[in-house]
Amino acid sequence: MSHVTSAVRTPLVTGGKTYADVTEDISKQVEGNPTREWTIAFTIAVIVLTYGTACLFWTWWEGLGVWGLNKTVGWAWDITNFVWWVGIGHAGTLISAILLLFRQKWRTAVNRAAEAMTIFAVICAASFIMMHAGRPWVAYWCLPLPNTLGSLWVNFKSPLVWDVFAISTYFTVSLVFWYMGLIPDLATIRDRAKSKVSRYIYGAFAMGWNGSAKTWARYEYMSLILAGLSTPLVLSVHTIVSMDFATSVIPGWHTTIFPPYFVAGAIFSGFAMVQNLVLIIRVVFKLEDYITVEHIESMNKVITLTGSIVGVAYLTEFFIAWYSGVEFEAYAFINRATGPYWWAYWAMMTCNVITPQLFWSRAIRRSIVWTFVLSVVVNIGMWFERFVIIVTSLHRDYLPSSWAMFHPTLFDISDYIFSFGLFFTLFLLFSKFLPVVNMAEVKTIIKSSSEKLPVSVSGVAKGERVANPTFNKNVE
Amino acid sequence: MSDAHDNGKFLVGIFDDDDVVLQAVKEVKKAGVRIHEVYSPFPIHGLDVALGHPRTRLGIAAFLFGMTGTLCALALTFYTEGFDWPMIVGGKDSYSPIIYVPIFFELTVLICALGMVGTFLISNGMGPTVKPLMFDLRTTDNKFAMAIDLNQNNIGESDIEQILKKSGAAEVNVKQF
Repeated sequence: MSHVTSAVRTPLVTGGKTYADVTEDISKQVEGNPTREWTIAFTIAVIVLTYGTACLFWTWWEGLGVWGLNKTVGWAWDITNFVWWVGIGHAGTLISAILLLFRQKWRTAVNRAAEAMTIFAVICAASFIMMHAGRPWVAYWCLPLPNTLGSLWVNFKSPLVWDVFAISTYFTVSLVFWYMGLIPDLATIRDRAKSKVSRYIYGAFAMGWNGSAKTWARYEYMSLILAGLSTPLVLSVHTIVSMDFATSVIPGWHTTIFPPYFVAGAIFSGFAMVQNLVLIIRVVFKLEDYITVEHIESMNKVITLTGSIVGVAYLTEFFIAWYSGVEFEAYAFINRATGPYWWAYWAMMTCNVITPQLFWSRAIRRSIVWTFVLSVVVNIGMWFERFVIIVTSLHRDYLPSSWAMFHPTLFDISDYIFSFGLFFTLFLLFSKFLPVVNMAEVKTIIKSSSEKLPVSVSGVAKGERVANPTFNKNVE
Repeated sequence: MSDAHDNGKFLVGIFDDDDVVLQAVKEVKKAGVRIHEVYSPFPIHGLDVALGHPRTRLGIAAFLFGMTGTLCALALTFYTEGFDWPMIVGGKDSYSPIIYVPIFFELTVLICALGMVGTFLISNGMGPTVKPLMFDLRTTDNKFAMAIDLNQNNIGESDIEQILKKSGAAEVNVKQF
């Protein structure tokens, strides 16, 4: 009887849920027929995906000339979208791994959806890498494979090759982490399945899980090591993405602040996307007792922190551009703020630096509507950040004769829309066929972090909230 | 499955609470009954220690797989860049381990993670075609089951049933495989 019930901490699970309630509430949408909202959303996502796929194939058929790129601006929306999606993909593993190591129990309600978001966001990011390569059928050339051209290997000194290793490792490890986390819940669905087909399919994916004490002990140990591996992995991936820029000699890219700045920005946008998704999920699947205002507030605090780091990074970049005495660097930054793309720069500053500071207000931080709107604003701002870094640095070359502007074409826009179709189609399929909240993990915190104790334990009446006058005193 | 229990007759005590089952394990063991295994819908801290399970060696496996990953990356970069096709880019040495640190790191993590997960699945006898022997389907929902193999105990069935009930089991069932 050693559960700690703190009187100073607000409950993470409300509604006096029992273990059976957790299973029932979360399995419901997997076992039942699709809801009307889900069907409408899925139909729209598939239509968008179909349109986007058609445009994507046309892009590949015609070549990248259909984009608005030119000799000066050789990277634009493709890499902007790639970096944006990879950034979004950071929150999932961060919530799963870093918050697990920090023993943050609030992660249990949102980690499953966040991890799924990571997987799908990285798929979208990878699709832009394929797109910008122009010839996706030879994408395997990025891999260190023996070939018929003699002793020709990939250049391991290139950050683009580091990217191949980083993104593919990140995707694989995140997928494994997510899948291993799903296994106990898949077994729950398997054991509740009424139809033979469901029992067979969920049974195959549950891998014969039986929940024995020995298996759980190994499982927890494995999860901890995976978290320990994923934590530096999260930091390494966006660090390496930033090196795609930082190792070049383009003014505005060649800066040492890029790795930490990119990582903070990635977490910033990733959390904003998690907010958008879980705010919808909690309403559509009626999970308000599991994803509570406390969870929303905790994530908003992370957004405020990372947003502030990003703001400091912007100012540091500007300062160093002046302080370095490099005239090209100084020009690049003044041009960002006052040149032809000033609107993108100020959109970035407004969305990423100014508006997230509203979260210092407790009322706004705990408001569902404000959170949703500000999270959308953050995601728009972070897209602009990548656009500003890439396009404003490229459009002014060392040679004024080659200065040029970038204008997106229908295919730039459509290929971006494709990624939304892909992301939401995958996410909606996930939300229908897999439990969106980690049932096994939520059950572990029911007693210590719930509004009520579910079962009578040594004198504590069923359903009674134990308000312990002494912090961290055990309930006898 | 690693903990195979075919051709056996088991008494299965069903518990409603994780604290009760943890306490029951201690009491049942104290009464001289050998417990086959306990099944639960979520991990119960201290249960494996109470049952006397040895500490898992997955950490050692993870370390060995991680080292394998590092060595693979070292061998790959050395063979390709240092031996088979040396390239001098930007005046840098054709082979300098420092510049390949991202490759070393990523391959270390990748092989460590995949190897450890594979070890986990193999050591638990898990796989897509494995049909688990479940003592009670509710153990993946909200119940906790303590399985006692009657063949491994000299104490009578009714005595064990009494011990289980006394230690807090809500019900005791007989399960034959």
